[in-house]
Amino acid sequence: MERQLTSDITLCVNGRTNELRVDNRTTLLDMLREQLSLPGTKRGCDHGQCGACTVLLDGRRVNSCLILAVTCQDAAVTTVEGLSSRTSTQLAAPQERPALHPVQEAFVAHDALQCGFCTPGQICSAVGMLEEAAAEGATLDEPEIRERMSGNLCRCGAYVNIVAAIEDVAAQGVGAR
Amino acid sequence: MTSTQTRQAAPRTEASRSIGVAGPRVEAWDKVTGRAPYAVDHPVPGAAYAWVVQSTVARGVVVDVDTSRALAEEGVLAVLWHGNAPHLEPVGDPELLVLQSPRIAYRGQVVAVVVATSPEAARAGAALVRVREDGTIADTVLRLDHPALYQPVQVNAGYPARSAVGDVDAGLAAATVRVDATYRTPPEHHCAMEPHAATAFWERGCLTVFDATQASTAVHEALAGLFELPPQSVRVVNEHIGGGFGGKGGPRANTVLAAMAARLVGRPVKLALTRQQLFALAGYRTPTIQRVRLGASTDGRLLAIGHDAVSQTSQLSEFVEQTAVLSRHMYAAPHRLTTHRVVALDVPTPGWMRAPGECPGAFALESAIDELAAAGNWDPVRLRIDNEPPVHPEEHVPFSSRHLVQCLEQGAQRFGWAGRDPRPAVRRDGEWLIGTGVAASTYPALTWPSTALARATADQRFDVEVNAADIGTGARTVLRQIAADALDVPLCEVEITVGDSAIGPAPVAGGSMGTASWGWAVTKACRLLRERIDREHGGSVPAGGVAVRADTTLEIRDRPEFARHAYGAQFCQVRVSAVTGEIRVDRLLGVFAAGRIVNPTTARSQLIGGMTMGLSGALLEQSVLDSRTGDFVTADLAAYHVAVNADVPRVEVEWLDEHDPHLNPMGVKGIGEIGIVGTAAAVANAVFHATGIRVRDLPIGLARLITHYRS
Amino acid sequence: MKPFAYQRPDAAGTAVSTVAHAGAAFLAGGTNLVDLMKLGVTAPDLLVDVTGLPLRQIEPLPDGGMRVGALTANSDLATDPVLRTRFPAVALALLSGASAQLRNRATIGGNLLQRTRCRYFVDVTKACNKRQPGDGCDARDGEHRDLAVFGTQTPGGGPAPCVATNPSDLAVALVLLDARVELLTPDGTAQMSVHELFRLPGDRPDLDTNLPPGALITAVVLPPSPIARTSTYRKVRDRSSFAFAAGSVAAALDVADGTVRDVRLAYGAVAHRPWRAYAAERALRGAPATVDSFERAADEELGAARPLRDNEYKLPLIRNLTVGVLRGMTEASW
Repeated sequence: MERQLTSDITLCVNGRTNELRVDNRTTLLDMLREQLSLPGTKRGCDHGQCGACTVLLDGRRVNSCLILAVTCQDAAVTTVEGLSSRTSTQLAAPQERPALHPVQEAFVAHDALQCGFCTPGQICSAVGMLEEAAAEGATLDEPEIRERMSGNLCRCGAYVNIVAAIEDVAAQGVGAR
Repeated sequence: MTSTQTRQAAPRTEASRSIGVAGPRVEAWDKVTGRAPYAVDHPVPGAAYAWVVQSTVARGVVVDVDTSRALAEEGVLAVLWHGNAPHLEPVGDPELLVLQSPRIAYRGQVVAVVVATSPEAARAGAALVRVREDGTIADTVLRLDHPALYQPVQVNAGYPARSAVGDVDAGLAAATVRVDATYRTPPEHHCAMEPHAATAFWERGCLTVFDATQASTAVHEALAGLFELPPQSVRVVNEHIGGGFGGKGGPRANTVLAAMAARLVGRPVKLALTRQQLFALAGYRTPTIQRVRLGASTDGRLLAIGHDAVSQTSQLSEFVEQTAVLSRHMYAAPHRLTTHRVVALDVPTPGWMRAPGECPGAFALESAIDELAAAGNWDPVRLRIDNEPPVHPEEHVPFSSRHLVQCLEQGAQRFGWAGRDPRPAVRRDGEWLIGTGVAASTYPALTWPSTALARATADQRFDVEVNAADIGTGARTVLRQIAADALDVPLCEVEITVGDSAIGPAPVAGGSMGTASWGWAVTKACRLLRERIDREHGGSVPAGGVAVRADTTLEIRDRPEFARHAYGAQFCQVRVSAVTGEIRVDRLLGVFAAGRIVNPTTARSQLIGGMTMGLSGALLEQSVLDSRTGDFVTADLAAYHVAVNADVPRVEVEWLDEHDPHLNPMGVKGIGEIGIVGTAAAVANAVFHATGIRVRDLPIGLARLITHYRS
Repeated sequence: MKPFAYQRPDAAGTAVSTVAHAGAAFLAGGTNLVDLMKLGVTAPDLLVDVTGLPLRQIEPLPDGGMRVGALTANSDLATDPVLRTRFPAVALALLSGASAQLRNRATIGGNLLQRTRCRYFVDVTKACNKRQPGDGCDARDGEHRDLAVFGTQTPGGGPAPCVATNPSDLAVALVLLDARVELLTPDGTAQMSVHELFRLPGDRPDLDTNLPPGALITAVVLPPSPIARTSTYRKVRDRSSFAFAAGSVAAALDVADGTVRDVRLAYGAVAHRPWRAYAAERALRGAPATVDSFERAADEELGAARPLRDNEYKLPLIRNLTVGVLRGMTEASW
């Protein structure tokens, strides 16, 4: 029996359908970064210990570094690049900038980022978290947000501002789109 | 044209200036949309991927490297090791001479690199490289009685290893209240969220590297030297850096390897170290053992301050943490002694980590001050205020500005310190014991020479370039503000570019000196540009534009002598579970006097960030070295704990409006590091107040407390 | 990571018969398996992805118990309202584990089969009897603060070949509540208690469980239990969240007229298996529900502990937790 070490998959990323051949070893993270040229999703640890690679897989936040791309047949993936209203990976000129997702806007407004490396993961995680809390009917007070966001490390120490940004969005009653 | 005339006719008022105005960071949009490119995010067609193989002995030699199985793996292009690696010309730092010799100086050193067409193949290939090593017994443990401890000529940042004023023993003998205690701080790793990474490619003999570095000027110089290239043939770009904290403060082996591999395989190479590899290859804060001796008279005046620090370095190069240096200026005392000793062990090379020296040093000194306060029954805020020196107590030069007392007073007021019951272990809420603590912070206000470039275009745009590195500090943002004011134009007319060695030499993003150093060069370039436009072009920019390059070497050399330091005070409230020993920080307030604050938004984030890292160090951080093997076994983010969101309360930060004319044209001191200095002591002092248990070893951790609470 | 083949069968029988071949492994959420494959700790030739199997149902059973499909995500079970009412300790244990992202992906079956996080197990350059039986154990005299205090010696008093801890929080709660796992093996269906599922290292430190070779966990069954409704789980660690336990206690207690009528206790992060504290339970049944009894019960259990050089702190921790948790439950029941 010939061992098949690659697989053909079809999945939807940021609203666009992709047909890809992947090495079975390729993680969703590497597929996004190296095959689909979506480097917004970051590798901080490669072992699910930091949250920098968080994306939304079928609407739920997950660590893309621990998910094999081959398992994502027919899945819908949203990365940080897909949260704003346009999915182009090209750097937009300022006047063409797409509208930001409310969570992205709040991160800018509250300076909820410093080096920015954990930021895509924080933002995807926050979007997923708001949806989870809404589904559970949970109240998002400060301790609750902190606990629910503890899967996303930030070494610059932007937690205080991250919590403020999310509180702001939660107060507006804006969840994931 | 008209607008130029108009603006000139009415110079901008103080209210319309940019410095001091809060605002979002310039690159925030790029960062929240994922479009800010970091070192291995740049699209480079045809890139290959490199994977590092590390030594598994701490001391010895590489006998042989069998690359055959790795080379047979599909996708593997090459395996580099010392037997086939290109020659590198020494440039001073032995860490950079990768794969040049069979010698192994520490466990985890790079002994081979696999280059392949995919990251998966590179990783698989690396697992197939067979390295035969000959190891001998390694010496890996720092201890006070290590026979090889020695006093170095100088310590990091060029300070003398020893300083003495008066007779510390006599001062201690004359004191009525004394503290003599030994404090230990563990090895700590930076754990910037972005692992060290580089993309390198060669075109017509020229090398370009996208590098995760705080110092592209230094990386540029190192690469030119190592590969024997003319400086103009090397370009190092560090547009965005995912945190540094000192770990990316200089050229690193991974960057050299990427360049070497790219040359060998003739295509661009991306090399990102794994999180695990970083623990050996990217520096760390040395462990320290510190003895602090304090003696005071009955009225709470310090008579003697002794601070003796011991740290480690590697067999490859000497790095000596300047642990006790802060004790030379924090408090007045007639008798003083600070010493540093170091030992070279078979361990990875330590280096700068956020506030090297001050951070571990302040844990010891500021804990000892708290112990003295407890021993003398003095209020710890009062005790600090009472020992404020009028001038630098060892160098006898004036302080350019010093507002530690005001920070303590304002902090005490905001925190509600007045009326604090000093007795330990008397406040309880259910199973939780509550306590408060205070500690002082300090960091030197350094400035290094820099160059900058300012250009005006005929359409009223100003392009300002400086090879700063924005590691998340907000450097880009504040430099744009500084430029706008020096040009006397609104912020929106200024474009700022940083992070490219092609701009010209500029110092590292380190030592809290970025804004002062780059900002001075930007100010100078912009003022010269403004002057030239006004003088030579009648106030309007000609069609071809005007450009000015500035260098601040002479200005900085000629500055009058002052002791230039920032100061601060941190207040903390903790709760400790009498059931589990768990410690939670409920309040953390910092008040700082750090010169002029250019952007309150990014400054607040920086200071909160420093304090957050300080909290993390106080409670959690510790790299555990296995003494038998000489490697850090806690080598990932599941085992090396940094604070998570749930650990961090709503940290509060304030600053004084400090005007200091003796610093630089902007009057800034730098705020990147002072936030972490003193936090651990504030936490430890609060833990003592809560529990009566004095923890002198970091991290504090439940294991150190729980044995006191056996029910 | 070694190249491997991949299959995603849609029938459990196919999955089990495929994995019967040497070198094959089941893949569910992958949050631990992919991690270990990257580290080279495990290197299957074939991954059989079971996530296409219909094993995601959470069924409240009419008798008051529950059956949970093995592929249920940790987060889905943790937020299930019936579970939170009937078996709160399970929800608390799940929510105390890992991060929200991992809980969204990790499955209940996979959670039970996750490997130890011992630093020497995950580093293939170190000696580890679990990874390579006969290799030795670098953890015993190395960095072992997080490791076992029970079962560190063989019955004869010699050093056990492995001092790793089971990292699962869920398993502690399940052991407390006498849960069972339903299995599909190459020989058909089977079941076993979660307590029996786990084991001490014995002379096979490589085996974490007593699962028959090639068996797939298809469901977890929680039997009905009135005392489970007040069950609780308390996990202790230095970091407030997203960390493995330094120690944890799961407990259920029934007190009437100041006397312990029934009690269950289980400890986490203290042994190669989730540790059901039978000795403490025996000491408590029928005893007055006082701090004194709780302390004596904890001491009864901890008498069997043999801590390593650097993890003795776990003894006062577990003792205090036992007393603290039981005391909290007693006061709550007044």
